[in-house]
Amino acid sequence: MQNKKSTEDVAFGIRRRVFEHSMRNNGGYLSQACSAAEQLAWLYNEELNLGDPTLPMIPKPFGGVPSADNKDYHTGAGYNGPFEPDYDRLFIAPAHYALVAYATLIEVGRMAPEGLEMFNKDGSSVEMIGAEHSPGMEVHNGTLGIGLSTAAGLAWGRKKRGEKGKVWVYMSDGEVQEGQTWEAIQACAHHKIDNVKAIMDVNRQQCDGAMNSVMEVGDLAQKMEDFGAKVVWVDAHNLDEIRAAAKTPHRGKPLIILANSSPFRGMPSLQLRFPRLHYVRFKSERERAEMNKDIARSLGIDPIDYQKH
Amino acid sequence: MVEMVARPYERAFEKYALENPEVLCLSADLTSSCEIDKFRDKHPDQFLSLGMAEQNMLSFAGGLGLAGYRPFLHTFGVFLYRRPYDQLMASIAYPRRKVRLMGFLPGITTPGGMTHQAIEDISVMRSMPNMTILETGDATEVESICEAADSIDGPVYCRVLRGNVPRLFDTPIEVGKMRELSLGDDILIVTSGITTEEALRAKSALEGAGISIRHLHLNTIKPFDDQAMLDHIQSVKGGVITLENHVTEGGIGSLVAEIIADNGVGKKLVRLGLKDTYAHGGSRPYLMNFYGLDAIALVKGVERLTGEELNISEEDLTSARLEAVHSTVKAEGL
Repeated sequence: MQNKKSTEDVAFGIRRRVFEHSMRNNGGYLSQACSAAEQLAWLYNEELNLGDPTLPMIPKPFGGVPSADNKDYHTGAGYNGPFEPDYDRLFIAPAHYALVAYATLIEVGRMAPEGLEMFNKDGSSVEMIGAEHSPGMEVHNGTLGIGLSTAAGLAWGRKKRGEKGKVWVYMSDGEVQEGQTWEAIQACAHHKIDNVKAIMDVNRQQCDGAMNSVMEVGDLAQKMEDFGAKVVWVDAHNLDEIRAAAKTPHRGKPLIILANSSPFRGMPSLQLRFPRLHYVRFKSERERAEMNKDIARSLGIDPIDYQKH
Repeated sequence: MVEMVARPYERAFEKYALENPEVLCLSADLTSSCEIDKFRDKHPDQFLSLGMAEQNMLSFAGGLGLAGYRPFLHTFGVFLYRRPYDQLMASIAYPRRKVRLMGFLPGITTPGGMTHQAIEDISVMRSMPNMTILETGDATEVESICEAADSIDGPVYCRVLRGNVPRLFDTPIEVGKMRELSLGDDILIVTSGITTEEALRAKSALEGAGISIRHLHLNTIKPFDDQAMLDHIQSVKGGVITLENHVTEGGIGSLVAEIIADNGVGKKLVRLGLKDTYAHGGSRPYLMNFYGLDAIALVKGVERLTGEELNISEEDLTSARLEAVHSTVKAEGL
């Protein structure tokens, strides 16, 4: 079910859906769509070896948390296809990218557009911060820094069993401030876990603002190489660079692709909101209307008639 | 005299792991301290060293669980939940991974002081949805802890005794079933872990003073059979006394208090254990005496409960433990 659309079209569709959704809801994770669109589009449309979805196109409502009594519990992993030995898995480590991830699922035909209408609605499984039961989410990653470790454990187990499926992690650069990220890289290197691959959205933004104003993290590539990873820098908006990076040999090491991204890509008027880009909530009707007009023009689409909603 | 068993976990784990290839042995740089160094050397394919990096180890174990393995995590109990609490919640407890958390040196069984003493672990784990809690009180329970833990459909935290451990029981742990060690009808004593041995030491002196003791030993702390406990509480004429190697908030004292309150039982409860305090480093007998976790503390607790002076001295308490064997345990051994 891949390649019905070009990856460029998927990336455009992600930005458009997140823009439209954010306009209707007077805010959203707009900047993450700008920085991440090509990366998630490339993962789902080209790189990941996934089977067909096993869960309904229109997501089921929240079905309860895991417990001994909740026999029907399942995660959102089924949107990434069945958990079988040859298929890849994907963990979205920054769970607040959920809106962007859901838009991706829709663009690649793994979820119906109605799924996004359920976003952040009470009783819905399509949660604002992707939960384990949200579409396309496989494990809880809402606390930043735990995704790569979980992927490492799964990958070690899959390698021991001789399974071909790889474990991909979508990461954000802010989470390198968590010590666990470094623990995970060194553990991958020590145990030669090379069926883990990560692509990190290096947009240099975090909740409080620009990362260099919150906690400087230094030379990411050098530090990661020192901890034992194979690291490649790419332009996050250049698909050919991403494609080439994924082919980098990394025997005995995890591969981390550092995707140098722009938090305004495709929506340059978001620069007016710098450095508060984490969650863009419009401060006035005037700002909302201007953003609607300006971003639509940048994307080459019509503004949204959000008064209808 | 009580039989002392050397390193019961070491043999029990090796036997169990070899019979169950999905079991993995994980360690966080305390391999010999958790009696799995021989296992590491003999069975390297089933052993994973995760180093001094518990946050990664817990999430990594969650990933192993997702891959269909049942990892047994070995370190001191305190290191399984204090620093990596978030990882324990998000990567193990919430998704109900079959991760077996083998917590060594529970409570004040370590001379390592505050940083090494898991004194609130039961409280933490009791408040964590999906978590099961087991505690070993003798060599037979240590020998059966692997099988008991691995029978749990979800995560389980175990308080494991190491080194020279007395054999008090002759039947393995039955998950969910408390041991009825005596069935008198004056006072109910509830213990778990190392405090059971203390209660056994106090028992004959208390009975000599004319008090009929009902004594329960808990090896399964969560989930818990409230009705069975309620029946025992209602079977004694007097009150209830709990003695735990743990703070008195959130552990078995609280567990019994909740059952008494939930059921509107009008009985007095004396909760013995660490009273809203940290401990410090020292030998186990010293710490048990200093913090009131030993047999004489139990006798004093019974005096408080009954309002009667029993005239029992420390010398009157028969030793259920061979002091000569006990003294071979290195106090400085971490």
